[in-house]
Amino acid sequence: MPALTLESMTIDELIEEFDDLGDWADQCEVLIDMGRDDLTPMEPSLKSESNRVHGCQSNVWMVALLNEAGRVELTADSDAMIVRGLLCIILMAFSNRTPQEILDTDITSIFDRLGLDRHLSAARKNGLVGMVKRVRAFAAEAAC
Amino acid sequence: MPATAAMNAPSFDVEAIRRDFPILNRPLETGRHRKGTLPVFLDSGASAQKPQCVIDREREVQEQYYANAYRGVYYFGARIDEELERSRQGVQQLLGARSVSEIVFTSGTTMSINLVARAWGGKFLQPGDEVLITDMEHHANIVPWQIICRERGATLKWLPLTDDLRLDMNRLDEFLTDRTKLVSVTGMSNMLGTINPVDELARRAHEVGARILVDAAQTAPHGLIDVQSSEIDLLAFSGHKLFGPSGIGVLYGREELLREMDPFLGGGHMISRVYKDRSEWADPPAKFEAGTIPIVQAIALGTAVEYVQNIGFEGLRAHEAGLLQYAHQQLATIDGLQIYGPSPEHKGAICSFTIDGVSAEDLANLLDIRGVFVRHGHHCTMPLHDLLGISASVRASFAVYNTHAEVDRLVDALNFALTKLR
Repeated sequence: MPALTLESMTIDELIEEFDDLGDWADQCEVLIDMGRDDLTPMEPSLKSESNRVHGCQSNVWMVALLNEAGRVELTADSDAMIVRGLLCIILMAFSNRTPQEILDTDITSIFDRLGLDRHLSAARKNGLVGMVKRVRAFAAEAAC
Repeated sequence: MPATAAMNAPSFDVEAIRRDFPILNRPLETGRHRKGTLPVFLDSGASAQKPQCVIDREREVQEQYYANAYRGVYYFGARIDEELERSRQGVQQLLGARSVSEIVFTSGTTMSINLVARAWGGKFLQPGDEVLITDMEHHANIVPWQIICRERGATLKWLPLTDDLRLDMNRLDEFLTDRTKLVSVTGMSNMLGTINPVDELARRAHEVGARILVDAAQTAPHGLIDVQSSEIDLLAFSGHKLFGPSGIGVLYGREELLREMDPFLGGGHMISRVYKDRSEWADPPAKFEAGTIPIVQAIALGTAVEYVQNIGFEGLRAHEAGLLQYAHQQLATIDGLQIYGPSPEHKGAICSFTIDGVSAEDLANLLDIRGVFVRHGHHCTMPLHDLLGISASVRASFAVYNTHAEVDRLVDALNFALTKLR
C-alpha cells in the first residue's frame, strides 16, 4: 500500500483549497481529515526510537528509503491527526522524488503559501522543521 | 494606585475580579477565532494573567521614578529602594517569614532552586549524601539536583506515589534516612494538582537532620504557605504565577541558612568589601542579589501580592475548590476521558487528562479554535508522564478569575474536538 493514498491531489491544488477556505478552523479540519484518511498507518515495528523525529510535542516517526528507481520513498506516522495531516503535505512534496528534487524543493515557501506559518505554534513549527531536516539529511546523503 | 473591584469587594465576587483583568474581557480579533469570542484562559498554572493594578504599577514605576536600585541617594533612587523594600515586606508577610532579610529576589522558581542547589548543595553535599525529591516533581526541581548530586558524588532519591497519585507517606522511612541531607518537594504538583503534606515532610526531614526546600510555584498563588508554622527551611516561587510580572521570583531561606550558604553569583551589590585578592559578602538578602535585579517587576510583584491578599485567600480557595469539583463532574461526562491525580479534596485547581484514542496536541489545537486555551505536552514532568505511561496530556489549570461557565465552554470545546477527531 502506498504511504500516501492522496495520489490525486497536488500541492498547488491543496494551496488553492486552503485559499478558498480562508478560515483556520476549516483548514485545520482539512488537515485532520487528510491525517485520518490519507496517510497509511505505519507498521508498528517501524515506530522505533531511531525512527522517531525529535523536537515534536507529539510522537512522530519517519522512515526514508531509496528505491531501485533512485527515488526517495517516505513513510511517516504520528499519534496526532493534525500532525498526520502535516505529514501528508511533507509526503506530497517529497515522497517519490529524487534526492536532488528534494534538495531543490523550497518547502518553507509551500508552508507559507498554505498559511501554516501564521497558524502553527512555534513549538509545532520546530517539530515541522525537524521532520523536514530529516528528509533533507537523507536526500543529501543519497545524492552524494 | 487605582482602586480595584477586588479591593473594594467585601466578599468574593468573580465577576468583579474578572473586570480587573483586561485580557479576559477583550474579544479575540485574530482571524482564526469566531469574531467576538472571549478567551477562556485555562493555563494559569503555567502563567497567570495580570490585573490592571499590576499593569499600571509597572508603567507607574517607569513613568514616574525609575532608577537603579540600592545605588542612588537622589529622589528616584531612594523612591525605588523604598518601593522595593515595601514589596519585600509584602512577600515576607505572604510567606509568614520572620524578617525581610529572608526574602531574596530571584528571576523565578527555577533560579531559586538552582541557587540553593549551587549555593547550599555545592557547599554542604558530600559523597554518599542523599537528596530526596518525589515522583511528581517539575523538571526545575529535578535537573538542578541531578547536576549538583553528580558533581558532589551525592545520590538523588525519589519518593514514590500511591495508586491515587499522592506521595506515599507510608514509604517515607525507606527513603528518608540519616543519609538524607535535603528534602526538596513541590507543595502542589503542576500536573496532578496533588497538594502535599509539607508540614509533615518538614517535621520528618528535621527528625533525620535534613533540610527541606518547598517548590511553591503552584502553592503561592493559592496562599497555602506559612513558613514558620510549617517549619520550612527554604522555599521558592515565581511572581508570574501569582498575577505578577514575569522575570521576578523569590527564594525564602531561614536567615541562618542564607548566612551559611555561599553566594551563587558574584557582582555588584552582593559584597560588603572587595579587595584585589578577595571579597567579603554582604548580608542576606543582598548576598544573593548580584547585579541589577528586575526592578520594575519586583515592585509590581508587591502590588500583585497586595491584590491577591485583598481578594482574600479563603474566598479564593473556596471559589477554586468549587470550580475544580465542577470541572471533575463535567469532564467525567466525556467518554474515554481520564483525569490524572487524586480526588478534588486532595488537589489544587488543576485537571490534567487524556482522552482515549485522541492526541493531546490535536485537542489543544481544536480547543484553541474555540477560544479555550489549555496546555498540552509533558508539562515539564517527563518522569511523571513516564510513570503514568503516557507521552502527553492536556492540562486545564484554573485561577481565581475562572468561572463555572468557562468549565462549560471547556467541555463544549472538547465535545466539538471529538466530533472532528473520532
